[in-house]
Amino acid sequence: MSMKKNFPIILLVVLIIFPLVFRNPYHHHLMILVLVWAIIGSDWNLLAGFTGQVSFGEAVFFGTGAYTAGLLSLHLGVSAWWGMIFGGIAAMVIALPFGWICFRLRGAYFALATLALNEIMRHVATNWETLTGGMRGIQIMQTFVSKLPYYYIALTLAAVAVLCIQLIMKSRLGYYFLSIREDQDAAESLGIDTHFYKMVSLNIAAFLSGTAGALYMNYMGVIDPETVFSLHDISIMAILVGIVGGVGTVYGPVVGAFVMVGVHELFRTGFFGFFDWVARATEYDVLVLVADYVTHAHVLGFGVLVVLVILFLPNGIVGDKENIVRWLFPFRKKGGAD
Amino acid sequence: MTFFEVKHLVKHFGGLAAVNDVSFRVRQNEIFGLIGPNGSGKTTLFNLISNFHRPDSGTVHFNGQDITGMKPHRICKAGIGRTFQVVKPLGRMTVLDNVVAAAFSKTSSKKKAVDLAMDMLALCGLTHRKDVLASRLSIGERKRLEITRAMATQPKLLLLDETAAGLNPSELEEAILLIKKIREKGISIIIVEHIMRVIMTISDRIHAINFGQTIAEGTPQEVADDPDVIEAYLGEDYARG
Repeated sequence: MSMKKNFPIILLVVLIIFPLVFRNPYHHHLMILVLVWAIIGSDWNLLAGFTGQVSFGEAVFFGTGAYTAGLLSLHLGVSAWWGMIFGGIAAMVIALPFGWICFRLRGAYFALATLALNEIMRHVATNWETLTGGMRGIQIMQTFVSKLPYYYIALTLAAVAVLCIQLIMKSRLGYYFLSIREDQDAAESLGIDTHFYKMVSLNIAAFLSGTAGALYMNYMGVIDPETVFSLHDISIMAILVGIVGGVGTVYGPVVGAFVMVGVHELFRTGFFGFFDWVARATEYDVLVLVADYVTHAHVLGFGVLVVLVILFLPNGIVGDKENIVRWLFPFRKKGGAD
Repeated sequence: MTFFEVKHLVKHFGGLAAVNDVSFRVRQNEIFGLIGPNGSGKTTLFNLISNFHRPDSGTVHFNGQDITGMKPHRICKAGIGRTFQVVKPLGRMTVLDNVVAAAFSKTSSKKKAVDLAMDMLALCGLTHRKDVLASRLSIGERKRLEITRAMATQPKLLLLDETAAGLNPSELEEAILLIKKIREKGISIIIVEHIMRVIMTISDRIHAINFGQTIAEGTPQEVADDPDVIEAYLGEDYARG
């Protein structure tokens, strides 16, 4: 019980100290990605995991935020940091009419609508060249050379997002979201305006995602439609972060973000150069080839990971943590855990 | 002012008239029974009142307000609570959370909502199950959860859709006691029921329908003696005999 209570605080303290102990910019970069994914995953989880409205369009809001920040800087000469506010608002401007129309759809039909919106946004960003620069994307001057400021901004944003969602889920809003997820007709009969509260959930998620997108623009300095409006790299990845970490748990997406960024990096670097090292040590050229294949197969790795998670941890790492404890300590007496 | 009145309700599904020109009034603090054979339109009538279906024509008035065509959540806020024949527990929430979600309809304070929910759980005898997931409840308990939840929205009128169906004899006794207790709190009840023992003992008045049309209305005894009702339930031979 006390572990459960203290976990967020311990995690936060560790994350605050982390860059001061590990000074490698590469590690900082990875951690910034983890934090950005924690935000995106949490937003997806608020809408899909808690409110039951599965979305394949997380990239819509992330990309809108990123483009708002970029366009503000490109066309108006305003600092791209304003995108942290206006990017969130722009994402809500997209979310409002979309939700108003598409929340009449239930289940898979709503999910398909989000998928369609994702593709619409990507095509708009690609083809409206006079505004967005098309496939070339947008490039801006980064504010800081060091990664530390970005790290702490991302950490603040992630902490605020997770804390907000935690508070929401303990309030009336949270009860309403869960009721809608469990049974929309029952929720209506209990006096819950399901259409309105689905809109609330969508817009909170959209705002936070838009903010994360703006942060991404500021940090990377360059975006294009294929990265920020990407169906598989953003929208599907957000779903994977949620599923692996634990759908419908506050800290699931945070854990999911660590795992997914970790697995991605593991494949990208060929298990941190392990294959290359073995190849050099044994002088087998074929292993170099294997290493090359592995580095390009991170999507396959995600697939295997998701299959394993669904088979053994259907509620995700956080949702099924009792199972993990049982596997790690098989001789512990039942009930002795925790 | 009439407390609750439906006038000339009509609902067609394709070529079938599920409810065809039904009218009745319910008085304050009355238990009003609605009976009819399978497929006679009782549940459709309920769905028309709580507007899960929109009526083709006719009106529903409640407390001097025309509530025809109002969205279900507005009808709930207006003071009509309902249960579902096919129970709809919020499965992955605890029993307490199910009721708290309902209790939030009249207050935004969590403490007040939890207090109200606990009162309702005590009233309906589910307190000992409050920390169990709703999906783990037995069918009898699920039916009781439906009532508890509807009660937590603090209705003036409660619509009970076959809450006694599928219960064993001892659960049945408890259900009858519970419905009487709810009435003693000053709440009016419209109840749809197949089990005659339940509806005949607790109803003040009964409205019988068949093929979507009214066939009789009156006290339980009057309705039970009505030849049309006997015919609808047992066939022509018994009605003439």
